[in-house]
Amino acid sequence: MTSRQVYAPSLRLENVAVFRGNRLVLSGLSIEAAAGDVIWIRGANGCGKSTLLRLIAGLLPKTSGTITAEGNMALADESLALDANLSVDKALRFWADMDGATPGHRDVALTDMDLQALSEIPVRFLSTGQRKRASIARVLASNAAIWLLDEPYNGLDSASCARVDQAILKHAAAGGIVLVAAHQAPSINVAQSLLLDRQEKAA
Amino acid sequence: MKAFAALIGREVRLAWTGGGLWLPVVFYLAVATLFPFVTGPDKALLARTGGGILWIAALLSTLLPIERLILPDRQAGVLDQLALRGWSDELVATAKIGGQLIAFAIPLLLATIIASALIGLPEDKLVTLLIGLAIALPALSGLSVTIAALTAGLNGASALGGLLLIPLAVPILIFGAGTLSEGSGNAIQLLAATSLAIAALAPFAAGAALRASRV
Repeated sequence: MTSRQVYAPSLRLENVAVFRGNRLVLSGLSIEAAAGDVIWIRGANGCGKSTLLRLIAGLLPKTSGTITAEGNMALADESLALDANLSVDKALRFWADMDGATPGHRDVALTDMDLQALSEIPVRFLSTGQRKRASIARVLASNAAIWLLDEPYNGLDSASCARVDQAILKHAAAGGIVLVAAHQAPSINVAQSLLLDRQEKAA
Repeated sequence: MKAFAALIGREVRLAWTGGGLWLPVVFYLAVATLFPFVTGPDKALLARTGGGILWIAALLSTLLPIERLILPDRQAGVLDQLALRGWSDELVATAKIGGQLIAFAIPLLLATIIASALIGLPEDKLVTLLIGLAIALPALSGLSVTIAALTAGLNGASALGGLLLIPLAVPILIFGAGTLSEGSGNAIQLLAATSLAIAALAPFAAGAALRASRV
Protein backbone atom coordinates (compact mmCIF):
# COMPACT_ATOMS: atom_id res chain seq x y z
CA MET A 1 0.00 0.00 0.00
CA THR A 2 2.98 2.34 0.28
CA SER A 3 3.98 4.70 -2.51
CA ARG A 4 0.97 3.87 -4.65
CA GLN A 5 1.28 7.14 -6.52
CA VAL A 6 4.40 7.84 -8.49
CA TYR A 7 3.64 11.55 -8.60
CA ALA A 8 1.74 13.81 -6.25
CA PRO A 9 -1.91 14.18 -7.23
CA SER A 10 -3.52 17.59 -7.22
CA LEU A 11 -6.91 19.02 -7.92
CA ARG A 12 -7.81 22.60 -8.67
CA LEU A 13 -11.17 24.18 -9.38
CA GLU A 14 -11.33 27.86 -10.22
CA ASN A 15 -14.51 29.86 -10.27
CA VAL A 16 -16.57 26.94 -11.53
CA ALA A 17 -20.23 27.36 -12.41
CA VAL A 18 -22.71 24.77 -13.59
CA PHE A 19 -26.16 25.02 -15.01
CA ARG A 20 -28.34 21.95 -14.99
CA GLY A 21 -31.51 22.33 -16.93
CA ASN A 22 -32.39 25.94 -16.28
CA ARG A 23 -31.04 26.04 -12.77
CA LEU A 24 -27.70 27.44 -11.64
CA VAL A 25 -26.51 24.63 -9.36
CA LEU A 26 -23.02 25.84 -8.54
CA SER A 27 -21.29 29.17 -9.10
CA GLY A 28 -18.05 30.88 -8.17
CA LEU A 29 -16.69 27.69 -6.67
CA SER A 30 -12.96 27.30 -6.09
CA ILE A 31 -11.24 24.34 -4.48
CA GLU A 32 -7.60 23.55 -4.23
CA ALA A 33 -6.34 20.20 -3.01
CA ALA A 34 -2.81 18.84 -2.79
CA ALA A 35 -1.51 15.39 -1.91
CA GLY A 36 -2.74 14.21 1.48
CA ASP A 37 -5.74 16.54 1.61
CA VAL A 38 -9.21 15.55 2.67
CA ILE A 39 -11.83 18.00 1.44
CA TRP A 40 -15.22 17.79 3.09
CA ILE A 41 -18.13 19.15 1.09
CA ARG A 42 -21.20 19.78 3.19
CA GLY A 43 -24.61 21.00 2.35
CA ALA A 44 -28.30 20.32 2.49
CA ASN A 45 -29.96 17.87 0.12
CA GLY A 46 -30.10 19.23 -3.40
CA CYS A 47 -27.38 21.84 -2.94
CA GLY A 48 -25.20 20.34 -5.66
CA LYS A 49 -22.77 18.05 -3.81
CA SER A 50 -23.27 15.14 -6.18
CA THR A 51 -23.22 17.50 -9.15
CA LEU A 52 -19.87 18.83 -7.97
CA LEU A 53 -18.37 15.34 -7.68
CA ARG A 54 -19.71 14.29 -11.09
CA LEU A 55 -18.35 17.53 -12.51
CA ILE A 56 -14.87 16.84 -11.12
CA ALA A 57 -15.12 13.28 -12.42
CA GLY A 58 -15.73 14.71 -15.89
CA LEU A 59 -19.19 13.20 -16.16
CA LEU A 60 -20.94 16.56 -16.46
CA PRO A 61 -19.97 19.55 -18.57
CA LYS A 62 -19.14 22.73 -16.68
CA THR A 63 -20.68 26.00 -17.75
CA SER A 64 -17.65 28.12 -16.86
CA GLY A 65 -14.42 28.03 -14.88
CA THR A 66 -11.48 25.66 -15.00
CA ILE A 67 -10.89 22.26 -13.49
CA THR A 68 -7.42 20.73 -13.50
CA ALA A 69 -6.70 17.36 -12.00
CA GLU A 70 -3.45 15.43 -11.78
CA GLY A 71 -3.92 11.78 -11.00
CA ASN A 72 -6.61 9.24 -11.80
CA MET A 73 -9.93 9.34 -9.99
CA ALA A 74 -12.33 6.88 -8.47
CA LEU A 75 -15.95 7.67 -7.74
CA ALA A 76 -18.37 6.06 -5.32
CA ASP A 77 -21.84 7.53 -5.69
CA GLU A 78 -25.31 6.09 -5.26
CA SER A 79 -24.81 3.70 -8.17
CA LEU A 80 -23.01 0.55 -7.19
CA ALA A 81 -21.64 -0.30 -10.66
CA LEU A 82 -21.05 -3.92 -9.65
CA ASP A 83 -22.64 -6.74 -11.64
CA ALA A 84 -25.56 -8.03 -9.59
CA ASN A 85 -25.10 -11.70 -10.49
CA LEU A 86 -21.39 -11.89 -9.74
CA SER A 87 -19.91 -12.53 -6.33
CA VAL A 88 -18.60 -9.44 -4.53
CA ASP A 89 -15.05 -10.60 -5.13
CA LYS A 90 -15.51 -11.21 -8.87
CA ALA A 91 -17.46 -7.98 -9.37
CA LEU A 92 -14.69 -6.01 -7.66
CA ARG A 93 -12.09 -7.89 -9.68
CA PHE A 94 -13.64 -6.65 -12.95
CA TRP A 95 -12.90 -3.03 -12.02
CA ALA A 96 -9.62 -3.81 -10.29
CA ASP A 97 -8.40 -5.50 -13.49
CA MET A 98 -9.54 -2.49 -15.52
CA ASP A 99 -7.51 -0.27 -13.24
CA GLY A 100 -4.51 -2.55 -13.30
CA ALA A 101 -4.70 -3.03 -9.52
CA THR A 102 -3.05 -6.07 -7.98
CA PRO A 103 -4.96 -8.82 -6.16
CA GLY A 104 -3.28 -7.45 -3.03
CA HIS A 105 -5.15 -4.18 -3.44
CA ARG A 106 -8.42 -6.04 -3.68
CA ASP A 107 -7.70 -8.10 -0.58
CA VAL A 108 -6.81 -4.98 1.37
CA ALA A 109 -9.99 -3.29 0.13
CA LEU A 110 -12.12 -6.27 1.17
CA THR A 111 -10.46 -6.38 4.58
CA ASP A 112 -10.71 -2.62 5.14
CA MET A 113 -14.43 -2.66 4.37
CA ASP A 114 -14.97 -5.90 6.34
CA LEU A 115 -16.27 -7.73 3.29
CA GLN A 116 -14.18 -10.92 3.38
CA ALA A 117 -17.05 -12.93 4.79
CA LEU A 118 -19.27 -11.67 1.99
CA SER A 119 -16.79 -12.01 -0.86
CA GLU A 120 -18.47 -15.11 -2.32
CA ILE A 121 -22.02 -13.74 -1.95
CA PRO A 122 -23.67 -12.46 -5.16
CA VAL A 123 -23.88 -8.67 -5.19
CA ARG A 124 -27.69 -8.74 -5.52
CA PHE A 125 -28.03 -10.26 -2.02
CA LEU A 126 -26.20 -7.42 -0.27
CA SER A 127 -28.05 -5.13 2.13
CA THR A 128 -28.00 -1.34 1.79
CA GLY A 129 -25.03 -0.89 4.10
CA GLN A 130 -23.17 -3.80 2.56
CA ARG A 131 -23.72 -2.34 -0.90
CA LYS A 132 -22.31 0.97 0.27
CA ARG A 133 -19.27 -0.79 1.68
CA ALA A 134 -18.82 -2.70 -1.57
CA SER A 135 -18.93 0.52 -3.56
CA ILE A 136 -16.29 2.05 -1.29
CA ALA A 137 -14.24 -1.14 -1.60
CA ARG A 138 -14.38 -0.64 -5.37
CA VAL A 139 -12.77 2.78 -4.84
CA LEU A 140 -10.22 1.35 -2.40
CA ALA A 141 -9.22 -1.35 -4.88
CA SER A 142 -8.99 1.07 -7.79
CA ASN A 143 -5.45 2.27 -7.27
CA ALA A 144 -6.69 5.80 -7.96
CA ALA A 145 -5.04 8.86 -6.43
CA ILE A 146 -8.15 11.02 -6.11
CA TRP A 147 -11.21 9.58 -4.39
CA LEU A 148 -14.63 11.13 -4.89
CA LEU A 149 -17.00 9.79 -2.24
CA ASP A 150 -20.64 10.81 -2.45
CA GLU A 151 -22.41 10.32 0.89
CA PRO A 152 -20.11 7.46 1.90
CA TYR A 153 -21.72 7.17 5.34
CA ASN A 154 -25.29 6.65 4.16
CA GLY A 155 -26.77 3.43 5.43
CA LEU A 156 -23.69 2.46 7.41
CA ASP A 157 -23.61 1.42 11.06
CA SER A 158 -21.17 3.17 13.39
CA ALA A 159 -18.49 0.46 13.08
CA SER A 160 -18.60 0.74 9.29
CA CYS A 161 -18.51 4.55 9.47
CA ALA A 162 -15.31 4.21 11.49
CA ARG A 163 -13.90 1.89 8.83
CA VAL A 164 -14.65 4.47 6.15
CA ASP A 165 -12.96 7.13 8.29
CA GLN A 166 -9.93 4.89 8.65
CA ALA A 167 -9.77 4.19 4.92
CA ILE A 168 -9.97 7.92 4.12
CA LEU A 169 -7.22 8.78 6.60
CA LYS A 170 -5.04 5.94 5.31
CA HIS A 171 -5.40 7.11 1.74
CA ALA A 172 -4.64 10.71 2.68
CA ALA A 173 -1.60 9.58 4.68
CA ALA A 174 -0.38 7.69 1.62
CA GLY A 175 -0.47 10.94 -0.37
CA GLY A 176 -3.91 10.67 -1.94
CA ILE A 177 -6.69 13.21 -2.17
CA VAL A 178 -10.18 12.49 -0.85
CA LEU A 179 -13.28 14.55 -1.55
CA VAL A 180 -16.18 13.62 0.67
CA ALA A 181 -19.64 14.96 -0.01
CA ALA A 182 -21.85 14.48 3.01
CA HIS A 183 -24.76 16.17 4.71
CA GLN A 184 -23.20 15.76 8.17
CA ALA A 185 -20.22 17.45 9.81
CA PRO A 186 -16.77 15.95 9.29
CA SER A 187 -15.95 13.04 11.58
CA ILE A 188 -12.24 13.29 10.84
CA ASN A 189 -9.61 16.01 10.53
CA VAL A 190 -9.99 17.61 7.15
CA ALA A 191 -7.84 20.04 5.20
CA GLN A 192 -10.81 22.06 4.04
CA SER A 193 -14.47 22.03 4.83
CA LEU A 194 -16.75 23.55 2.29
CA LEU A 195 -20.36 24.48 2.84
CA LEU A 196 -22.42 24.62 -0.31
CA ASP A 197 -25.46 26.87 -0.40
CA ARG A 198 -28.46 26.17 -2.44
CA GLN A 199 -28.45 28.55 -5.38
CA GLU A 200 -31.81 30.26 -5.49
CA LYS A 201 -31.23 32.20 -8.69
CA ALA A 202 -33.09 30.87 -11.68
CA ALA A 203 -31.97 31.51 -15.21
CA MET B 1 -6.42 -3.75 -25.01
CA LYS B 2 -6.79 -6.12 -22.08
CA ALA B 3 -9.45 -3.88 -20.60
CA PHE B 4 -11.24 -3.76 -23.94
CA ALA B 5 -11.26 -7.56 -24.09
CA ALA B 6 -12.52 -7.64 -20.49
CA LEU B 7 -15.43 -5.39 -21.44
CA ILE B 8 -16.32 -7.54 -24.46
CA GLY B 9 -16.10 -10.60 -22.22
CA ARG B 10 -18.46 -8.94 -19.77
CA GLU B 11 -20.96 -8.23 -22.55
CA VAL B 12 -20.90 -11.85 -23.65
CA ARG B 13 -21.26 -13.10 -20.07
CA LEU B 14 -24.19 -10.78 -19.37
CA ALA B 15 -25.85 -11.79 -22.62
CA TRP B 16 -25.50 -15.49 -22.06
CA THR B 17 -26.46 -15.48 -18.39
CA GLY B 18 -29.33 -13.04 -18.84
CA GLY B 19 -31.32 -15.02 -21.38
CA GLY B 20 -29.91 -12.94 -24.21
CA LEU B 21 -28.47 -16.00 -25.90
CA TRP B 22 -31.57 -18.12 -26.09
CA LEU B 23 -34.29 -15.56 -26.59
CA PRO B 24 -33.28 -14.31 -30.05
CA VAL B 25 -32.31 -17.79 -31.22
CA VAL B 26 -35.57 -19.32 -30.00
CA PHE B 27 -37.48 -16.47 -31.62
CA TYR B 28 -35.63 -17.07 -34.88
CA LEU B 29 -36.26 -20.80 -34.78
CA ALA B 30 -39.90 -20.21 -33.88
CA VAL B 31 -40.38 -18.17 -37.05
CA ALA B 32 -38.74 -20.93 -39.08
CA THR B 33 -40.99 -23.51 -37.46
CA LEU B 34 -44.20 -21.53 -37.90
CA PHE B 35 -43.61 -20.40 -41.48
CA PRO B 36 -44.32 -23.81 -43.11
CA PHE B 37 -47.63 -23.99 -41.22
CA VAL B 38 -48.70 -20.82 -42.99
CA THR B 39 -47.60 -21.71 -46.50
CA GLY B 40 -48.37 -25.42 -46.39
CA PRO B 41 -45.88 -28.18 -47.14
CA ASP B 42 -45.05 -26.90 -50.61
CA LYS B 43 -41.36 -27.71 -50.91
CA ALA B 44 -40.68 -25.52 -53.93
CA LEU B 45 -42.42 -22.50 -52.38
CA LEU B 46 -40.58 -22.95 -49.09
CA ALA B 47 -37.24 -23.23 -50.86
CA ARG B 48 -37.99 -20.05 -52.81
CA THR B 49 -39.33 -17.89 -49.95
CA GLY B 50 -37.78 -19.49 -46.86
CA GLY B 51 -34.50 -17.61 -47.13
CA GLY B 52 -36.30 -14.26 -47.17
CA ILE B 53 -38.32 -15.19 -44.11
CA LEU B 54 -35.12 -16.10 -42.27
CA TRP B 55 -33.71 -12.68 -43.20
CA ILE B 56 -36.75 -10.96 -41.68
CA ALA B 57 -36.53 -13.17 -38.59
CA ALA B 58 -32.82 -12.38 -38.17
CA LEU B 59 -33.52 -8.68 -38.51
CA LEU B 60 -36.33 -8.67 -35.96
CA SER B 61 -34.46 -10.86 -33.51
CA THR B 62 -31.74 -8.21 -33.27
CA LEU B 63 -34.37 -6.06 -31.55
CA LEU B 64 -34.98 -8.51 -28.73
CA PRO B 65 -31.92 -7.74 -26.59
CA ILE B 66 -31.98 -3.94 -26.92
CA GLU B 67 -33.57 -3.30 -23.52
CA ARG B 68 -30.71 -4.94 -21.66
CA LEU B 69 -27.85 -3.62 -23.80
CA ILE B 70 -27.47 -0.09 -22.42
CA LEU B 71 -30.13 0.75 -19.83
CA PRO B 72 -28.96 -1.58 -17.02
CA ASP B 73 -25.39 -0.29 -17.36
CA ARG B 74 -26.60 3.30 -17.35
CA GLN B 75 -28.68 2.69 -14.20
CA ALA B 76 -25.98 0.74 -12.38
CA GLY B 77 -23.40 3.45 -13.05
CA VAL B 78 -21.18 1.15 -15.11
CA LEU B 79 -21.10 3.63 -18.01
CA ASP B 80 -20.14 6.43 -15.59
CA GLN B 81 -17.32 4.33 -14.19
CA LEU B 82 -16.00 3.63 -17.69
CA ALA B 83 -16.19 7.33 -18.62
CA LEU B 84 -14.37 8.19 -15.40
CA ARG B 85 -11.56 5.85 -16.44
CA GLY B 86 -11.12 7.77 -19.64
CA TRP B 87 -13.03 5.44 -21.95
CA SER B 88 -14.53 7.34 -24.84
CA ASP B 89 -18.20 6.65 -25.47
CA GLU B 90 -17.31 5.44 -28.95
CA LEU B 91 -14.94 2.84 -27.51
CA VAL B 92 -17.59 1.65 -25.05
CA ALA B 93 -20.04 1.39 -27.95
CA THR B 94 -17.48 -0.54 -30.01
CA ALA B 95 -16.95 -2.99 -27.16
CA LYS B 96 -20.69 -3.44 -26.82
CA ILE B 97 -21.06 -4.06 -30.55
CA GLY B 98 -18.18 -6.53 -30.43
CA GLY B 99 -19.74 -8.31 -27.48
CA GLN B 100 -23.08 -8.39 -29.22
CA LEU B 101 -21.44 -9.80 -32.32
CA ILE B 102 -20.01 -12.72 -30.36
CA ALA B 103 -22.95 -13.21 -28.02
CA PHE B 104 -25.68 -12.96 -30.61
CA ALA B 105 -24.32 -13.35 -34.13
CA ILE B 106 -22.53 -16.66 -33.68
CA PRO B 107 -25.52 -18.45 -32.10
CA LEU B 108 -27.74 -16.98 -34.80
CA LEU B 109 -25.57 -18.41 -37.57
CA LEU B 110 -25.70 -21.83 -35.89
CA ALA B 111 -29.47 -21.51 -35.53
CA THR B 112 -29.69 -20.66 -39.24
CA ILE B 113 -28.42 -24.13 -40.08
CA ILE B 114 -31.19 -25.70 -37.99
CA ALA B 115 -33.79 -23.27 -39.28
CA SER B 116 -32.92 -23.94 -42.91
CA ALA B 117 -33.33 -27.66 -42.26
CA LEU B 118 -36.77 -26.97 -40.78
CA ILE B 119 -37.78 -24.98 -43.85
CA GLY B 120 -36.07 -27.35 -46.28
CA LEU B 121 -33.77 -24.79 -47.84
CA PRO B 122 -31.48 -26.23 -50.54
CA GLU B 123 -27.83 -26.47 -49.57
CA ASP B 124 -26.54 -23.83 -51.99
CA LYS B 125 -29.11 -21.36 -50.70
CA LEU B 126 -28.12 -22.15 -47.13
CA VAL B 127 -24.50 -21.33 -47.94
CA THR B 128 -25.52 -18.04 -49.58
CA LEU B 129 -27.77 -17.26 -46.61
CA LEU B 130 -25.00 -17.95 -44.11
CA ILE B 131 -22.52 -15.80 -46.02
CA GLY B 132 -25.08 -13.01 -46.34
CA LEU B 133 -26.00 -13.12 -42.65
CA ALA B 134 -22.34 -13.24 -41.62
CA ILE B 135 -21.75 -10.09 -43.67
CA ALA B 136 -24.83 -8.34 -42.29
CA LEU B 137 -24.51 -9.26 -38.62
CA PRO B 138 -21.85 -6.62 -37.75
CA ALA B 139 -24.27 -4.00 -39.08
CA LEU B 140 -27.23 -5.52 -37.25
CA SER B 141 -25.20 -5.65 -34.00
CA GLY B 142 -24.22 -2.03 -34.56
CA LEU B 143 -27.83 -1.04 -35.14
CA SER B 144 -29.07 -2.85 -32.03
CA VAL B 145 -26.48 -1.14 -29.80
CA THR B 146 -27.18 2.25 -31.41
CA ILE B 147 -30.91 1.88 -30.98
CA ALA B 148 -30.43 0.65 -27.41
CA ALA B 149 -28.33 3.74 -26.66
CA LEU B 150 -30.86 6.06 -28.30
CA THR B 151 -33.87 4.62 -26.51
CA ALA B 152 -32.33 3.84 -23.10
CA GLY B 153 -34.65 5.09 -20.41
CA LEU B 154 -37.46 6.11 -22.71
CA ASN B 155 -40.97 4.83 -22.22
CA GLY B 156 -41.88 2.20 -24.76
CA ALA B 157 -38.27 1.71 -25.77
CA SER B 158 -38.94 -1.59 -27.56
CA ALA B 159 -41.72 -0.21 -29.72
CA LEU B 160 -39.66 2.84 -30.58
CA GLY B 161 -36.71 0.56 -31.29
CA GLY B 162 -38.75 -1.32 -33.86
CA LEU B 163 -39.71 1.93 -35.57
CA LEU B 164 -36.08 3.04 -35.64
CA LEU B 165 -34.70 -0.25 -36.89
CA ILE B 166 -37.00 -0.78 -39.84
CA PRO B 167 -35.90 2.16 -42.04
CA LEU B 168 -32.25 1.72 -41.10
CA ALA B 169 -32.27 -1.99 -41.83
CA VAL B 170 -34.17 -1.85 -45.13
CA PRO B 171 -31.01 -1.67 -47.31
CA ILE B 172 -29.57 -4.70 -45.53
CA LEU B 173 -32.78 -6.60 -46.03
CA ILE B 174 -33.09 -5.68 -49.72
CA PHE B 175 -29.53 -6.65 -50.61
CA GLY B 176 -29.47 -9.58 -48.19
CA ALA B 177 -32.62 -11.15 -49.56
CA GLY B 178 -31.43 -10.18 -53.03
CA THR B 179 -28.43 -12.48 -52.73
CA LEU B 180 -30.83 -15.42 -52.57
CA SER B 181 -32.62 -14.78 -55.84
CA GLU B 182 -31.56 -16.17 -59.21
CA GLY B 183 -29.00 -14.01 -61.01
CA SER B 184 -28.44 -11.90 -57.94
CA GLY B 185 -25.45 -10.19 -59.57
CA ASN B 186 -23.81 -7.67 -57.29
CA ALA B 187 -26.20 -8.07 -54.38
CA ILE B 188 -23.52 -9.57 -52.16
CA GLN B 189 -21.09 -6.71 -52.85
CA LEU B 190 -23.82 -4.15 -52.20
CA LEU B 191 -24.75 -5.99 -49.00
CA ALA B 192 -21.12 -5.91 -47.91
CA ALA B 193 -20.84 -2.20 -48.70
CA THR B 194 -24.04 -1.35 -46.82
CA SER B 195 -23.06 -3.50 -43.87
CA LEU B 196 -19.60 -1.95 -43.73
CA ALA B 197 -21.00 1.57 -43.82
CA ILE B 198 -23.50 0.88 -41.04
CA ALA B 199 -20.98 -1.05 -38.93
CA ALA B 200 -18.44 1.76 -39.30
CA LEU B 201 -20.90 4.50 -38.37
CA ALA B 202 -22.65 2.67 -35.54
CA PRO B 203 -19.95 3.19 -32.85
CA PHE B 204 -20.05 6.95 -33.47
CA ALA B 205 -23.84 7.14 -33.48
CA ALA B 206 -24.10 4.96 -30.38
CA GLY B 207 -21.26 6.87 -28.71
CA ALA B 208 -23.01 10.19 -29.32
CA ALA B 209 -26.24 8.75 -27.92
CA LEU B 210 -24.40 7.51 -24.82
CA ARG B 211 -22.84 10.94 -24.30
CA ALA B 212 -26.15 12.73 -24.73
CA SER B 213 -27.86 10.49 -22.20
CA ARG B 214 -25.31 11.13 -19.46
CA VAL B 215 -26.87 13.43 -16.90
